[in-house]
Amino acid sequence: MADRALTLSAAGLAAAIFLLLLAPLGALGLSFQGFTLSAAELSALRFTLLQAGLSALISVVLAVPVARALARRRFFGRGVLISTLGAPFILPVIVAVLGLLAVFGRAGWVNGVLAQFGLPVIPIYGLQGVVLAHVFFNMPLAVRMVLHGWEAIPAERFRLAAGLGFTPADISRHIERPMLRAVLPGTALVIFVICLTSFAVALTLGGGPRATTVELAIYQALRFEFDLPSAARLALLQFALCALAYALATRISLPASFGAGQGRAGGPPAPKGWRGPFDAAAITLAAVFIALPLLAVALAGLPGLFSLPSLVWSAAARSLCVALASTAISMVAALVLALAAARGRGWPALAATLPLAASSLVLGTGLFILLQPYIRPASLALPVTVAINAALSLPFAFRILAPEARSLYADYHRLSASLGLTAWGRARWVVLPRLARPLGFAAGLVAALSMGDLGVIALFAGEAEATLPLLVQRLMGAYRIEAAASAALLLVMLSFALFWAFDQWGRRYAAT
Amino acid sequence: MRTLPLALACITLAPMAEAQMPVLNVLTYDSFTSEWGPGPAVEVAFEAVCACDLVFSAVGDGAELLARLQLEGPNSEASVVLGLDTGLTAQAAATGLFAPHGQAGGNDLPVPFADPLFLPYDWGWFAFVYDKAKLPTPPKSFEDLAGSDVKIVIQDPRSSTPGLGLLLWVKAAYGDRAPEIWAALADNIITVTPGWSEAYGMFMAGEADMVLSYTTSPAYHVIAEGDDSKAAAPFAEGHYMQVEVAGKLTHAPQPALADQFLAFMGSEAFQAIIPTTNWMYPAHTPAAGLPDGFDQLITPATSLLMTADEAQSARRPALDEWLTALSR
Repeated sequence: MADRALTLSAAGLAAAIFLLLLAPLGALGLSFQGFTLSAAELSALRFTLLQAGLSALISVVLAVPVARALARRRFFGRGVLISTLGAPFILPVIVAVLGLLAVFGRAGWVNGVLAQFGLPVIPIYGLQGVVLAHVFFNMPLAVRMVLHGWEAIPAERFRLAAGLGFTPADISRHIERPMLRAVLPGTALVIFVICLTSFAVALTLGGGPRATTVELAIYQALRFEFDLPSAARLALLQFALCALAYALATRISLPASFGAGQGRAGGPPAPKGWRGPFDAAAITLAAVFIALPLLAVALAGLPGLFSLPSLVWSAAARSLCVALASTAISMVAALVLALAAARGRGWPALAATLPLAASSLVLGTGLFILLQPYIRPASLALPVTVAINAALSLPFAFRILAPEARSLYADYHRLSASLGLTAWGRARWVVLPRLARPLGFAAGLVAALSMGDLGVIALFAGEAEATLPLLVQRLMGAYRIEAAASAALLLVMLSFALFWAFDQWGRRYAAT
Repeated sequence: MRTLPLALACITLAPMAEAQMPVLNVLTYDSFTSEWGPGPAVEVAFEAVCACDLVFSAVGDGAELLARLQLEGPNSEASVVLGLDTGLTAQAAATGLFAPHGQAGGNDLPVPFADPLFLPYDWGWFAFVYDKAKLPTPPKSFEDLAGSDVKIVIQDPRSSTPGLGLLLWVKAAYGDRAPEIWAALADNIITVTPGWSEAYGMFMAGEADMVLSYTTSPAYHVIAEGDDSKAAAPFAEGHYMQVEVAGKLTHAPQPALADQFLAFMGSEAFQAIIPTTNWMYPAHTPAAGLPDGFDQLITPATSLLMTADEAQSARRPALDEWLTALSR
C-alpha cells in the first residue's frame, strides 16, 4: 500500500515537473521545423560544452582528496569548515565574481603579491577564469556530496578492514572506490548541468564574445531579437544536453553494495605516514581557496552594513519567506522522488535532474505568456518565484538524498516490510533518522539557493515586491556599489544562516 | 503550530490594495523606479496634480522593456511606456502598439530630435570614465585608445543598451572602418559584461582603467559622494548619444491620464528630478539650471546620433562585425 502511494505521488510530481518545464516552451512557440543551428549558436554550444565539462571534471577531481581528508581526520574547526563549504555555492553571481576578482583579478591580491616579486601578472580572463569561478562555486559542493558518501559507509566495514589488516591502499580499493563509483558520476552530472546554463560568469570572466554560452544566446533571442521560437529551440537543446549527460552518468555510476551497518558513527581510519601531510595540505589549500574570495566579499560589504536603507530589511523578510516556502515544497518533492528512485526506477531521477538545465529566463517568459491573460503578473510575483525556486533547487536536494535513499532501501526495505511498519512508522523510525544528515544539508542548500535566486522575480516583480537579490541589483544600477556590496553581504549572511541552521539540525539529528 | 505565525507574517508582507482612484500604470525599467531613481519623486509630484494613483511596473532595462511590451501586446495594463532609447524605437514603432503622443514643443537636446510617437525625457553622451589619479593622460580617441595599453571594460551589445550604444558609436564615427577599429581595440578590452552594473562595479574595484558609461557619471561621484577623482574622456570623433523616450500605448486603459503624464513629463517638476536621480541631462533644462557638479562635466564638441531607422538597420551588421573582430 505504502509503496503504491509513494509511486503514485512520485509519478504525479514528475508529471508536474515535466509540465512546468515544457509548457513554457510550447508557449514560446517551439517548432521543430528547420531545427538547425547557426554558426554562432554552434560555437556557443562548443564553448558551453567545453567549459561545463572542464568545470565538472576539475571540481570532482579536486573534491576527492579534500573529502577523503575531511572524512578521516578530526581537527579543531572541522565542523565550521564543512559548513562553510556551502557558502560559495550560495553567493549571488555578481558578488562572487567581484570577490574572485578581488583575489585573482588584474588588481587582485594574488597578482599584487606576484608583482612584489617582479613576476608577471597571471591573466584571469579567458577559459581559465570561467573554470576557476565554476570550480570555486562547485568544488565545495562536490566535497560535501562526496563526504556524505564517505560518512554513509557503515563503520563496521572499516572495522572489518582493520581486522583483516587492510592497508590504506586496500581500503581505498575495496571500500572507497566502489563508493566513489556510486557518488562521483551523479556529482559530476550536477556540476556539468549547472555550468551548462552559466551566462554571467562565463561572459564576464571569459573575456569577451568568445565565451558565449547557449544561455546568452537565449537571452539575446528573448531580449533583443524577440525571437521566441528561437529561444525555445535553444532551451530545448539545453534539456537535450542535460538528458544526454544524465544517461551517460547513469551508465557509469554503479551502486555500491556494502550491506547494512548498525548506524554507528565513525569515519575511515586515519592513516599515518605521508598521507598525514598530504591530507593537511588538501584541507589547507581548499580552505584558503574558498576563504579568500569570501573574505573579499565580507571586506567589501562590512563598512556599510549598518547604514543600509530600511527597505533592505523588508526585502530581506520577503526573501526569507520565499526561501522557506520554496524549501518546504522542494524537500517534500525531493524526498518522494528519491524514495521512488531508490526502488530502481529511472524516471524519478530524470524528472529531478531536468530542472537544472532549465533556463530560468525561458521558464519565466513562458509562464508569463501562459498566465498573463488570466491574472495580473505582478500579483503572482512571489508565488511564481516560490514555485520556480522550488523546481530549480529540486535537483540538488534530490542528488543529495538519492544515494542514501538507495542504500536505505537496499538495507532496510525487507526489514521494515517484515516488521509491517506503516508508511508513517517507516518515515518516523527508518527514513527520518537515516536520512537526517542529507535532509538537513539538502534543505539548507535549497533554502540558501532560494534566497539568492533572481532569475524569475525580475520578470514579474512590481514596485512593491522586491526581494533582497533584486535590491542588490537595483543598488548597483544606481551607482551605490558600496551599499550593494553591503546588501549582498547581508544576503550572504542570511542565506548562510539558513543553510547552517538546517545543516546543523541534520547533523545533530543524525548523531542522536 | 509554530509555523502559523510565520505564515501569517509572510502573508502580511504582500502589498495592500490601494484606495479607489483611477490608476495610471507606467511601464518602465528597474533603475527608474528604484528608491534611488526618479520614480518615487515623480510619483509624489504627479499624484499631487492628477487625482490619480500612479503605479510604475518595472522590468530590467530598455531592451527588456520592449520585450515585455511585445509579450503583453494589447493586453497591457500600462498606458505609458517610459525608458526606451533610440536604438530600440524603430523596433518599438513596428509593433504598432504606440499611438502619437500629440505633445507640441521642442526640447533642449544638442541635436534636433522630433518623433511623432516618442517623446524624449532625458539624454546623455556615452563616454569612457576613468580615475584621474590612476590615468593622468587618458586616450583622446578610439584610435588613440587602440594604440595605447589602457585596459577597458565594456558591455555586451547583445544584452545591454550601453553595449549597443557603443556598437552604434563606433559605427557612426567610423562607418566601414568599424571592423578595423574593433580589431585594434580587442587587446584593450579586458572583458565584456552582461550589463552596466557589472562593468561599473569592476571599474570601481580597480580591474579596468576605463569603463563605458556616460559623461554624466562623474557627477554622481561629485554630488553624492563628494569625490571628484572620476572624469569622462573626451573623444575627438564625437560622442554617441542615448536619448531616452516615453510613448503612449494605442490600447491605453487611461488615455487621458497618459496624455496628462506625457505633458507633465516635459514640465519643470519632472525635469528637475532627473539630473540627480537618473544621472542624465533633462530633455528641458530647468529654469534654475543644472545642479552644481554638472558644470565640471565635459561637453563633447560633436554629438553623434543615428535616426531610429538607421540604428535599426545598422545593428545586425555592426553586431556581426563586433563578434567577428572580438572572437578572434
